[in-house]
Amino acid sequence: MSNRFIPHTDSDIAAMLKRIGVATVDDLYADIPEEVVFKGEYALPEGMSEIELRRFFKELGAKNRRLTVFAGGGAYDHYSPSVIPHLLERSEFYTAYTPYQPEISQGTLQYIFEYQSMISELTGMESANASMYDGATATAEVMFMMVASSRKKNRVLVSSTISERVLEVVRTYARFHGVELTEIPECDGVTDLKAIPAELAKGDVAGVIVPTPNRYGIIEDYTGLADMVHEAKALLGINADPSALAVLRTPAEWGADIACGDGQTLGMPLQFGGPYLGYIACSNSMLRKMPGRVVGATVDASGKRCYVLTLQAREQHIRRQKATSNICSNQSLMALYATIYVALMGNDGLREVNRLSCDGAHYLAGRLVESGKFRLAFDKPFLKEFVVKTDLDVKKINRRLLDAGIMGGLDLGNGMIEFAVTEKRTREEIDKLVTLMLQED
Amino acid sequence: MSTVKDDLRYAESHEWVKLEGDIATVGISDYAQHALGDIVYVDMPEVGDEVEAGEVFGAVESVKAASDLLSPVSGTVEAVNEILEDAPESINADAYENWIMKVKVSDPAELEALLDAAAYAKLCENE
Amino acid sequence: MKEYDKLIFEISRPGRKGYELPADNYGHDALADIPAGLMRGEAAELPEVSELDVVRHYTNLSNKNFGVDTGFYPLGSCTMKYNPKINEEVAAMPEFAEIHPLQEAETAQGALELYYNLQQALSSLAGLEEFTLNPYAGAHGELTGLMVMSQYHISRGDTRRTKVIVPDTAHGTNPASAMVAGLEVVEVKSKPNGSIDVEDLKPLLDDTVAGIMMTNPNTLGMFEVEILEIAKLVHDAGGLLYYDGANFNPLLGKVRPGDMGFDIMHINLHKTFSTPHGGGGPGSGPVGVAKHLVDLLPNPRVKKDAEGKFYVTGDDRSLGSVSTFFGNFGVMMKAYAYILTLGRNNIRNVGPMATLNANYIKESLKDAYKLPIEGPCKHEFVFDGLLDKSNGVTTLNVAKRLLDYGFHAPTIYFPLLFHESMMIEPTETESKETLDEFIDVMHRVAREAAEDPEVVKRAPVTTAISHPDETGAAKNPILSYRSLKKAKA
Repeated sequence: MSNRFIPHTDSDIAAMLKRIGVATVDDLYADIPEEVVFKGEYALPEGMSEIELRRFFKELGAKNRRLTVFAGGGAYDHYSPSVIPHLLERSEFYTAYTPYQPEISQGTLQYIFEYQSMISELTGMESANASMYDGATATAEVMFMMVASSRKKNRVLVSSTISERVLEVVRTYARFHGVELTEIPECDGVTDLKAIPAELAKGDVAGVIVPTPNRYGIIEDYTGLADMVHEAKALLGINADPSALAVLRTPAEWGADIACGDGQTLGMPLQFGGPYLGYIACSNSMLRKMPGRVVGATVDASGKRCYVLTLQAREQHIRRQKATSNICSNQSLMALYATIYVALMGNDGLREVNRLSCDGAHYLAGRLVESGKFRLAFDKPFLKEFVVKTDLDVKKINRRLLDAGIMGGLDLGNGMIEFAVTEKRTREEIDKLVTLMLQED
Repeated sequence: MSTVKDDLRYAESHEWVKLEGDIATVGISDYAQHALGDIVYVDMPEVGDEVEAGEVFGAVESVKAASDLLSPVSGTVEAVNEILEDAPESINADAYENWIMKVKVSDPAELEALLDAAAYAKLCENE
Repeated sequence: MKEYDKLIFEISRPGRKGYELPADNYGHDALADIPAGLMRGEAAELPEVSELDVVRHYTNLSNKNFGVDTGFYPLGSCTMKYNPKINEEVAAMPEFAEIHPLQEAETAQGALELYYNLQQALSSLAGLEEFTLNPYAGAHGELTGLMVMSQYHISRGDTRRTKVIVPDTAHGTNPASAMVAGLEVVEVKSKPNGSIDVEDLKPLLDDTVAGIMMTNPNTLGMFEVEILEIAKLVHDAGGLLYYDGANFNPLLGKVRPGDMGFDIMHINLHKTFSTPHGGGGPGSGPVGVAKHLVDLLPNPRVKKDAEGKFYVTGDDRSLGSVSTFFGNFGVMMKAYAYILTLGRNNIRNVGPMATLNANYIKESLKDAYKLPIEGPCKHEFVFDGLLDKSNGVTTLNVAKRLLDYGFHAPTIYFPLLFHESMMIEPTETESKETLDEFIDVMHRVAREAAEDPEVVKRAPVTTAISHPDETGAAKNPILSYRSLKKAKA
């Protein structure tokens, strides 16, 4: 029976069976109807030694191509400091589970407290939870928070300038849960704020959700929106890139009640889409409607400062079908990732990341526009992501780039390409990108 | 053991109610506060809200339990006990003194369907 | 050793830094061109610390934690098995870590092949047709699976089926997932031994029932021996069967949920397939379905063409999307490495050895702890507190005393069926010696409870903190450094 993950020797098994009082291990399964016992072979290969496994993954990995990334769309190629994976590999962190026993989980509890503090600082909101799965599911949960907060209203307005991938998830959750979702149209790349008052006037809107930056990378102007929404006794939620919030006007400054988004931009590896990190932060009046785990500071019997899971009465294991959400496991280790990242970078580092990304993006935009072959799709302020329009064949351009080991911008159709530039890209890489894009076939 | 006050009516969901004129004062029973343990939060309705008999009007939370509050009567919320916002534990100290809301009832006859003290005491014994 | 008690914010010093970035050679400050009204007013208060400050701080925090690598972690229903180190190495490979989720499929063939082959492996292990790996965790898998259930009825125009039957012993997540999926929960009663009461189930099965959600072995670790009858009843009534894979571990190598009649299931890769629990996540909650439900799985889907090339696609009949991209891909890599390491033969020992370990502890301790249900359990079982409760020593006291002896506590006060529940799950990766030590300690605690109960009630006494004020924490929530400073002032 024994292998390196299963330590049972034959004599162990014999002694254990004797204590239990049965003759064979199969006897422990004697209650299972014979018809359902699996007698076939699993469609799996033979077990591999570590040498073989390493070789296997090396060969599998060789079928991927590591590219110079100029695309975003919800996953950004930011710099990941070397320190982080080393600390994440402390197995006291990653082999623990949810900190149910605070006496032996102060490490986890404290980093979550620090994480919540950092998310609160970045968003400007009073309180944050211990993390969600990703930005899309966090946004869907914000929709539920809004509906749960108003006793009778069941409609949520969501801007169609939120990323399509987030919208897809929000639509799915809304359809099954029975939330009426209305998508606010876009006008020249931004939320058509003029369309909102008429919807609010119907009196059935629980909340409004808008993005910053939006799906085209545009930093939208939400002046007056919060007042408009609050006057209608509805809530304002903003889906925001937490890295960008080191420089951009925060959800709190826009007057939002809830902030949410994806924390991948806090230096997380692309990793083919995950694990990343969802976050939710809110004003304290919304605290008891916030889903997920929350860590609070308290003191122990001897007066020592410590941290515990708190406000648990909101959660599914207590409230069952009356809970605000079903989330239990979250992305805790990625919350630690974000915490260490923000600790290393600090406010200045995050500002520099944004400055380099923004300058690089504007340099690329400028070079493309000056060629005469591209123009900006929208005349609106942007940070690190932007859309250009061209009459050239986008597919051909991207094919040419791919041949040179570059992942070009995302093809949005109709000659529109969306680029993202991070601090990892260099001026030389951008020059090379532009040269290739302008090349005649 | 928990006390049951004679002059009140009780719901099976452990709320008590006292009718004076057309104003019903509503709280949770001593038995309920015992069962919950240290109360840390009371979610109360807003003045002016309409409540319906048997429907949820709020919730009480302890560290590891939460319980919806069901209104024993129908009507309009006239007042909520603001003391509970900062001191929810008052309910643990005296569940009958520390009411949760006052309702202007629309149908006083609804009270007749509720339990009297003796019947409620018996219910608690059996739980 | 000196006790470390600082927050990262408290070791911050203005002007200190923990990063270096390349110089900005673009020659223009584009950030400054953005209208001031769109920019942040007040700066965030974030730590300013050196790289070594950060390394020491988080290393010190890690020392305050207990993980599977520290010691035995018999947390029932969580399957805290060993997390193989090679899995971590594989998941960190830059050939995967640097792949963008929107790369052309031809440049991500390795990642797509892994996704495809892992879902095939899970299908074979579960006896189902196909899996989506997109859900991020067990609860997310439950939600996705219930959406499949709902979508199935909707797609057939059968819109009245809005109820899902859940056993009254189920974990709170089941009814909560049903609520999120827009389904109404109907509880079916359990018999005193924790298994579903088939007679109570029958009258519930009308044409408004979308399906039943259950786990097998059930919450008490006992196999639902009437599963085939339950499956027939539910199917005959037009409903579907959902299998909560939280308890899949003991069946690995023995029974496949698909063969028991289940139409939909989720698997917790962080339980059965050894990926780390990460202090609460990331997990992964793949959802598998029977053949007639495959088209309803969430987008995006990964498929293989006739030439053996992998591609990303969507299906119009799909229930929609539940994730931004492909779920927690890094976690999938670890699970796949685990499956490949064990291979088709060794994986058959996982369930049996987990079951052997659980029964061994159960039989060794029932002289001191109250065993409400006799008979062979599967991977876990429940004690209803101490056999002798006369000194008032509770399950919570026992759990805390275990911390003093260097063990993690079992899951306590769940299931709700008993007042003093203590749910113990050892997993197959623990040796007989570890189990013997645990058994000794549990006996010792029972003796202490009888002879010197205050010792148990005072516990823990050896941990960094003891008896935190949870009531105070919930009454006046302090959830950030900023509010902590305010509370102090």
